[in-house]
Amino acid sequence: MKARIHVFLKDGVLDPQGEAISGSLKHLGFEGVGSVRQGKLIEVELHTADAEAAHDQVKAMCDKLLANPVIENYSIELSA
Amino acid sequence: MKTAVIVFPGSNCDRDAAMALEAVTGKAPLMVWHGDSQLPDGLDFIMVPGGFSYGDYLRSGAVASRSPVMQDLVKKAEAGVPVLGVCNGFQILTEAGLLPGALMRNAGLRFVCEPAPLTIENHNSAFTHAYGDRKDVVFPIAHHDGNFFADQATLDRIEGEGQVILRYRKNPNGSMRDIAGVSNEKGNVLGMMPHPERAIDAHHGGTDGLALFESILGGLK
Amino acid sequence: MASVDPKYAEGIDEAIALDHVTAEEYEVILKELGRAPNIVELGIFSVMWSEHCSYKSSRLHLGKFPTTGERVVYGPGENAGVVDIGDNQVAIFKMESHNHPSYIEPYQGAATGVGGILRDVFTMGARPIALMNALRFGDPSHPKTRQLVSGVVAGIGGYGNCVGVPTVGGETNFDKGYNGNILVNAMAVGLADRDKVFTAAAREIGYPVLYVGSKTGRDGIHGATMASAEFGEGSEENRPTVQVGDPFTEKKLIEACLELMSEDAISSIQDMGAAGLTSSSVEMASSGGVGIELNLDHVPQRETAMTAYEMMLSESQERMLMILKPGSEHIAERIFKKWDLDVATIGVTTDTKRLVLKHKGEVVCDLPLDPIGDKAPKYDRPHLPSEVRANIDPNRLKAPAHLGEALYTLMTSPDMASKRWIWEQYDRHVMADTVASSQNPADAAIVRIHKSDKALAITTDCTPRYCYADPYEGGKQAVAEAWRNLTAVGAEPIAITDCLNFGNPERPEIMGQFVGCIEGMAEACRTLNFPVVSGNVSLYNETDGQAIPPTPAVGAVGLIEQLDQRATYGGLEAGDVLLIIGETHGHLGASLYMRHVEGDEDGSAPPVDLAVEKRNGDFVRAEIKAGRAKIVHDLSDGGLACGVADMALANMIGIKLAYNGDLPVFAWLFGEDQARYLIAAKPAIAEDIRRNAKAAGVPVDVLGLAGGDAITINGGHGLDLIRLKTGHDGWLPALMAGEAAAAE
Repeated sequence: MKARIHVFLKDGVLDPQGEAISGSLKHLGFEGVGSVRQGKLIEVELHTADAEAAHDQVKAMCDKLLANPVIENYSIELSA
Repeated sequence: MKTAVIVFPGSNCDRDAAMALEAVTGKAPLMVWHGDSQLPDGLDFIMVPGGFSYGDYLRSGAVASRSPVMQDLVKKAEAGVPVLGVCNGFQILTEAGLLPGALMRNAGLRFVCEPAPLTIENHNSAFTHAYGDRKDVVFPIAHHDGNFFADQATLDRIEGEGQVILRYRKNPNGSMRDIAGVSNEKGNVLGMMPHPERAIDAHHGGTDGLALFESILGGLK
Repeated sequence: MASVDPKYAEGIDEAIALDHVTAEEYEVILKELGRAPNIVELGIFSVMWSEHCSYKSSRLHLGKFPTTGERVVYGPGENAGVVDIGDNQVAIFKMESHNHPSYIEPYQGAATGVGGILRDVFTMGARPIALMNALRFGDPSHPKTRQLVSGVVAGIGGYGNCVGVPTVGGETNFDKGYNGNILVNAMAVGLADRDKVFTAAAREIGYPVLYVGSKTGRDGIHGATMASAEFGEGSEENRPTVQVGDPFTEKKLIEACLELMSEDAISSIQDMGAAGLTSSSVEMASSGGVGIELNLDHVPQRETAMTAYEMMLSESQERMLMILKPGSEHIAERIFKKWDLDVATIGVTTDTKRLVLKHKGEVVCDLPLDPIGDKAPKYDRPHLPSEVRANIDPNRLKAPAHLGEALYTLMTSPDMASKRWIWEQYDRHVMADTVASSQNPADAAIVRIHKSDKALAITTDCTPRYCYADPYEGGKQAVAEAWRNLTAVGAEPIAITDCLNFGNPERPEIMGQFVGCIEGMAEACRTLNFPVVSGNVSLYNETDGQAIPPTPAVGAVGLIEQLDQRATYGGLEAGDVLLIIGETHGHLGASLYMRHVEGDEDGSAPPVDLAVEKRNGDFVRAEIKAGRAKIVHDLSDGGLACGVADMALANMIGIKLAYNGDLPVFAWLFGEDQARYLIAAKPAIAEDIRRNAKAAGVPVDVLGLAGGDAITINGGHGLDLIRLKTGHDGWLPALMAGEAAAAE
């Protein structure tokens, strides 16, 4: 199965890249744009069909490497 | 006197670091490859140099901080061996959990290379005592991800404990409270974005970095 | 001869169209082969015969350059030029364009330009020690300019900073002539032991052919032919042929190659640049007079189901081809595995003088190598000389009311304003041997030879508006200014590399510019004993019939034997006397004064008297070596006044100028006469220098005195330094902030 991991900055951590995007969107004339946060999406293919085991494994990956707990949160999405 | 410089794929200030150590100690450091699972015994000082370890892919310093040699470096640091991380080395040490905080993308979003005027905040540290009461130094900076972040409680704590060793006089990257260099609680591990090893020779345009290395190595010579 | 499966011969007509081979060229191929080429073979001919690889429009004229000299070890023909710098060491350098890709995708185009030029240098066994770049953008107010500047600069920095080679200098111009075609010329300089220089020629038979570096993907297919085509509507849709750079892999490749080079394993080596596997294998085999047989099944591939055509034409980055000494494969494997790089034996050298490619058990290409090189088209394209322009008579111009304000206008113009916003994004100090870079007031970058008191001085120069006004004098001037900049820091000029950027050579007036510039450059190189050791040609820099100004960028290297015998234009103190070396005639044609104050680009280019250039330069260098001249600045853009302003700004000390000669004062201030230098020194030393100049028959005059906080002219026309600094430093940041500001 495939894991999609979204890594994003915690609330309260300044995101200058997101701010630049937000400014640029407004400049381009997109109305009603509020705050923009930039994160990353990591796709990992897993050789298992067991969703629970997969989730545990991916969570460990996030805690050990994929996200920096000082500044980042993450969410995990699994699909077959 | 035994010093070592860790070399990761993508390190590019390893030679600069080695030159500085040799200039101060008169002896070339050991260059230790990231894949080695153990550092040599009896090291008096370990330097984690700048560069773009593993291309700084994922996050600056993240992949390097998980390499085999870092496990042993953490143990040695905990046992009290002095460790200096400069630039990418600072990023690696925070990623490895040896130092508080994290280094984020510069607030201006661009890579910045310039001479950075700094204030020495703690003159009693193992890395700064040789400066005497001199407060102002200039070291070059050259980084894209030097924006120091920590939550307020952590910031208050490290300020209180004297762990903020260096501060920018003109903030180049958005670092919280202008922090340029921090140590661990014990004081034997220092991480800093500015490059003292690029300020040890008159041809560099300044020699302000010498005393930093003399502080930590002087007693060991 | 192995037979070629006829099924590969299908679709040839489409292939001709697709592959940019002309009907005449196709006839030559048919005649040489005695049969129709298949698609793979045609693809190989088309890239090897593209302008980019074959230099078919330019070869005839490139032969006019002097390419030999006492210090020249290898001149043009190798990956980079090699010059002796004593102590069994050589400097290896080259400049190359990445114009077309950078316009289409500025970040990656510029980044891969840096990557490519670094490979040219370390392929020959050199550790790269410095990068430079010469950039030309369109009008600052053109809607694309800002985005191109920010992308190109980020790309150069992103690559150079990561591989850990300092970007120490260069130049940036803005001119509406580049609106549709920017120029990104990157130069790399490396250092090697003289007896450890590697070349590309494969001379031995039966030696293994090794592929190392990144895997091959479909990126950049036909990049070489793209670089040889004119832009038109829709070029921005060309993205698929732009390659993506990976500086991390390049860094590993540098270290791995240098490590392998220190072993006795490599017979010859070539990087895979334009036209990738094709040009590297063809060039290695044909320059050594052997044949080569590759099995494409063994090429490390990043994508699935790649065809032979795609593999041979891919321009994936960070790849090298090497011929190993038999039995050394295990050494290479050990080293490349250590650096986590792909390594594969993909073929062998043969005695057939043929290029044979196998894929999935079939022979997909079997070409004789000689015709690819020998029968490559070589055109003597018609060329028209540019119109001769008259000089500007300053007496016919109205003098500006306030000379200080005119100087302010020039110093805050796009041509003269500080480019700090750009070079601040480059790591200028990594490797810890940078002595002078863009941040220092020096006419050339200075990089110390590791662990020695010697240094290389490096500069890039070209004044396109002179080349446009008069290609021949402009060509001379580009070389002379590079020579002058090296001289002004005290270096002995050694040799140059060049990047010849022009429009469409099929137009006689463009070809005329090309020929004129080359002949002027060649003349200067001969007189100044400053040979051309490497270079590159970029033609078809033209959009919808609008050609760029002729831009023969020169990259030059000189040697400083003793680091303490160098000069910069820092260190000025109040009371210092300013001298000018060389004659001032108030030449205003094609000057920045005319452009920015009169709004007129007309007039002749300043003539360059090469004998005078040499005499004046040799004098200045001798005064630097003798330790008398320590504060030196060459005079070029904006003339004496801008040179003085540079010096004043670098030291934040005012300068009082005095003139009572026959020229209108503004012509004296802003004329761009050549072969001139500014020297500042303590009064007694200045007097010594003046006396020495007189004795040597070198024109010298006292210009004024350092002191105060303004530049003044004959006691008036004051220009406050703080105001000047604010304007000079502020122009580019304000331009670039335009994006962000507009976004708020």
